[in-house]
Amino acid sequence: MEKKLQPIVGKLEKEFGVAASEYRGDVSLVIPVENIVAACQQIQGLGFELLSALTAVDYWPQESPRFHVIYQFTSVDGNLVMTLRVPVPGINPSLPTVSHLYRSANWRERELWDMFGIKFEGHPDLRRILMPADWEGHPLRKDYPLGYEEPQFTFNFEEINLRKPYAKE
Amino acid sequence: MGVEQKLGNMGIATTTLEQAVAWSRTNAMWPMLFGLACCAIEMMSAQASHYDMSRFGMELMRPSPRQSDLMIVAGRVSRKMAPVLRRLYDQMPEPKWVISMGDCASCGGVFNNYAVMQGVDEVVPVDVYVAGCPPRPEALIHGVLTLYEKVRDMKFAETKK
Repeated sequence: MEKKLQPIVGKLEKEFGVAASEYRGDVSLVIPVENIVAACQQIQGLGFELLSALTAVDYWPQESPRFHVIYQFTSVDGNLVMTLRVPVPGINPSLPTVSHLYRSANWRERELWDMFGIKFEGHPDLRRILMPADWEGHPLRKDYPLGYEEPQFTFNFEEINLRKPYAKE
Repeated sequence: MGVEQKLGNMGIATTTLEQAVAWSRTNAMWPMLFGLACCAIEMMSAQASHYDMSRFGMELMRPSPRQSDLMIVAGRVSRKMAPVLRRLYDQMPEPKWVISMGDCASCGGVFNNYAVMQGVDEVVPVDVYVAGCPPRPEALIHGVLTLYEKVRDMKFAETKK
């Protein structure tokens, strides 16, 4: 672990009662949902001025809880990077927003709502950001169908041709 | 050395109005200037000096749909882009034609997923499909010439509006 990062991680570990893990120099802490705003506040106070990534992973069906929301913080001044992981259950997944602390979280949280269906309580404008507004489902969930349409080959050409929605003119 | 010397003075040539109009349409077809993905690179090189589509009266790519009569859909069309594409098509004056260039525009290509239209013919009526990923400029020019054949045989009664 980076020498400058050690006191910061130690402080967070003590504050939230969690243990940091390290993989090839990347430090991450698993934080429960209820502590995420407090943790972000702490981290911002410790000099991490940039939320460089906010994303999620769907571990369905191997793991429960199925989602991990991942916050990646950068300290431009100290040249440091650290990660928070927040496990979120699959039924009505929701987190408190951090968009009032980090402005860049606004669109990232909208993307997470759009792609994974994870709600952010207190978000100022939680709409879909990538998919059309009337889209059903959340495409990056592992139980979302992978292909969109059956490929058309010689043997099923006619069958698919009949139900293809061609433009009427 | 031209045809005049072989045939004598051709002061008058007879034809039908339909043929004359079709001829003029095929010799000044202005495509709309827009590209959606990597196919657009091939479309650009088909326009540029090496392949030179202006040999077929297509030296002008119009950046406005209101001045163009051919839409070359060059690339994948995402679902959010589809209404925009249809709107551009609706703004083109009649008569108008559509070439679906490449596999993505024709049938979705390798992008069989939620984000990409599975064939642009769900949004606009397509006249010629050009296969390839991406098609070479020759293939696009062949597609254009195939469209010319179609336009040359068009009757006024078949023309929309």
